[in-house]
Amino acid sequence: MSLPERKTDIGPPHYEQFLPPVIKNNYGKWKYHEVLSPGTMVHVAESGDEIYTVRVGSPRLLSTSSIREICDLAEKYCDGYLRFTTRNNIEFLVSDKSKVDPLVAELKEKKYSVGGIGPRVSNIIHTQGWVHCHSACTDASGIVKAIMDELYEYFTEKTLPNKVRIAVACCVNMCGAVHCSDIAVVAVHRKVPVVDDENVAKMCEIPTTVASCPTSAIRPNPKTKSITINEEKCMYCGNCFTVCPPIQIHNPEEDGVAIVVGGKIGSLRTSPKFSKLAIPFFYNDPPRWPKVVDAIKNILNVYAANARKHERVGEWVERVGWEEFFKLTGIEFTFQHIDDFTFMRDTLRTSAAFKF
Amino acid sequence: MSGKYKTPLLDELEKGPWPSFVTEIKKAAQSSSMPQMADDELGQLEKSYSTRLGYWKHGGIVGVLGYGGGVIGRYSSLPDEFPGIAHFHTVRLNQPSGFFYTAEALRMVCDIWDKYGSGLTNLHGSTGDLVLLGTTTENLEPLFAEYSSRGWDLGGSGSAMRTPSCCVGMARCEWANIDAMDICNTMTQHFQDELHRPAFPYKFKIKVSGCACDCVAAIARADLSIIGTWKDNIQIDQAEVKKYADAGMDIQAEIVDMCPTSCMSYDNGEIKINDAQCARCMHCISKMTKALKPGKEKGATILVGSKAPIVVGSLLSWVIVPFIECKPPYDELKDLTEKIIEWWDDNAKPRERIGELIEAKGMRPFLEAIGVPPQPQQVKEPRKDPFFFWAESDFKK
Repeated sequence: MSLPERKTDIGPPHYEQFLPPVIKNNYGKWKYHEVLSPGTMVHVAESGDEIYTVRVGSPRLLSTSSIREICDLAEKYCDGYLRFTTRNNIEFLVSDKSKVDPLVAELKEKKYSVGGIGPRVSNIIHTQGWVHCHSACTDASGIVKAIMDELYEYFTEKTLPNKVRIAVACCVNMCGAVHCSDIAVVAVHRKVPVVDDENVAKMCEIPTTVASCPTSAIRPNPKTKSITINEEKCMYCGNCFTVCPPIQIHNPEEDGVAIVVGGKIGSLRTSPKFSKLAIPFFYNDPPRWPKVVDAIKNILNVYAANARKHERVGEWVERVGWEEFFKLTGIEFTFQHIDDFTFMRDTLRTSAAFKF
Repeated sequence: MSGKYKTPLLDELEKGPWPSFVTEIKKAAQSSSMPQMADDELGQLEKSYSTRLGYWKHGGIVGVLGYGGGVIGRYSSLPDEFPGIAHFHTVRLNQPSGFFYTAEALRMVCDIWDKYGSGLTNLHGSTGDLVLLGTTTENLEPLFAEYSSRGWDLGGSGSAMRTPSCCVGMARCEWANIDAMDICNTMTQHFQDELHRPAFPYKFKIKVSGCACDCVAAIARADLSIIGTWKDNIQIDQAEVKKYADAGMDIQAEIVDMCPTSCMSYDNGEIKINDAQCARCMHCISKMTKALKPGKEKGATILVGSKAPIVVGSLLSWVIVPFIECKPPYDELKDLTEKIIEWWDDNAKPRERIGELIEAKGMRPFLEAIGVPPQPQQVKEPRKDPFFFWAESDFKK
């Protein structure tokens, strides 16, 4: 069996071949769109042409079997045209209005999650976790599944003051968008890594390993041809582990996750914001991390009850103040909440005006 | 699904209404020619759920001939226990701009993947690639021949240009100020060598969003963030404004009072905008899309430097060029990007992102190297301390 001739440096297939005719004809000439339901919207062009979008959630981790099922539906209802969103939703691109309702009906019958458009919880951006990453200190997919099961009606039905973007990262490398999300989970270490001197000496480049530490906690140890870690300086980022695997940072007893809130990406109304620490730690509690899920639901509920229309989580908290956020949510404020690293100067209060 | 392993913990995650990744792993074993991969993936994951520890080794160096990236080596640390995933490499396929597909194209991707891999995918990875999860070293060349001969190339990995990504742009959005998909595709093609052959200090990501809503998170997740904007006046359709009011929108509270620069008023059923004071944040436009549209003099803001927290904290991208025209063939954008990368490549330490390098060296040398003058749009406010540098060139005249 001979293989076809390989090509290199061709880049991705050109997107144009995947665009439905109505999009090709109205490219750059869209006039407006309307959200018709939590999972459907219509875009109307200056020409009067319409394209209907039906959005469904996905676990991101998809089998080829499931992709083929999605393709079958796309062929049945939208001439095979579909796309994915940056948040891993599937979008069926329907040119024939009369096929929208039958598509939605079949999707619902087949237990697809139709929704995610408008002021709701959209799909969760997340990372590989234990499924596929060496660096993971939790499983992103499991936490996502548990959260989305609990918040399901905020995807398919209920509205919120504005959209709420949730993310989960399985370590502080944050391959997901945790650092700028409304509510996010990030897995953290809490213990200084254990150094396997023998293997460090064999496998690692000492200067690179020393240089990898952002707090200068690592020193060469000429006696062992390995390194030593100053425990007082280490803040468990794991960067040394990335460049030198025998510096073992994983600690199944003491690793877990933190919850951060109030970040955003868009420049609407207020500038993009980083997420800030809300809850410093929960133990890993597979398969469903119930305390993490409860904490997120609590934050979401308090936001929904207190924010003004169009306020994102971070905008609401900034208006009422973080001291109010901790009061309303009942979350305990701890030493971990006070920045003692790069953002300390920006985050300590320098005003005599605040709330009790 | 062969049911090779008992997975009581993971089975819990097949319950509930949200689609289950566990079901997907089980389904992958149905269609792949190597069902042992998904089986053992499931077995190892169940073990992780019980011990709370991952069992993947650091990535090894594997790839296809002539490329230094696009494949991430992945090996189980328990190959004897889970031989099906002794090799479980990731292949990144460069996605089409805007994540548009046809069923035919996706089926082809699946057919090849079932033949050479686990049948598991990510649609899509965090950077944007179509990610194929789990194959063996010996399958890499054949699968690359199969994909590339059909018009699909690998994405980026390692210290290289990473696969550029963009929002849906002009294909299906009335707010797109730039042709995000065309820019993304053009930049991807322009930087093929940099993408496939890692020669940079570290990763370099490009993302393109059509407006300040930034659906691809360019401002937070790209070393080079290209975000569409406009310079002239917001276009207003007063008849449509009236329809929003008639439909019950509280225009004063929801639009005018939420305008961050207080540049709007609403009197006698009409919206007035003092465009000179508008910061183009997209709030009003996004809430009244039938009545308000971006202006006609369109282009992009170029921002540089964002990244996730490793190592000394997250960065959001900084405004470097407040406005640049973005028309094909995008020569000015390509030229600017090349200058930015060249300065970073010449100056950065290994594993130093461009945002960190600018912090270390200062904004001035960066701006001078790329030929961009200082402008108030680049800062929130001027510096507060009195310790500023003078260059020899400042004394002339």
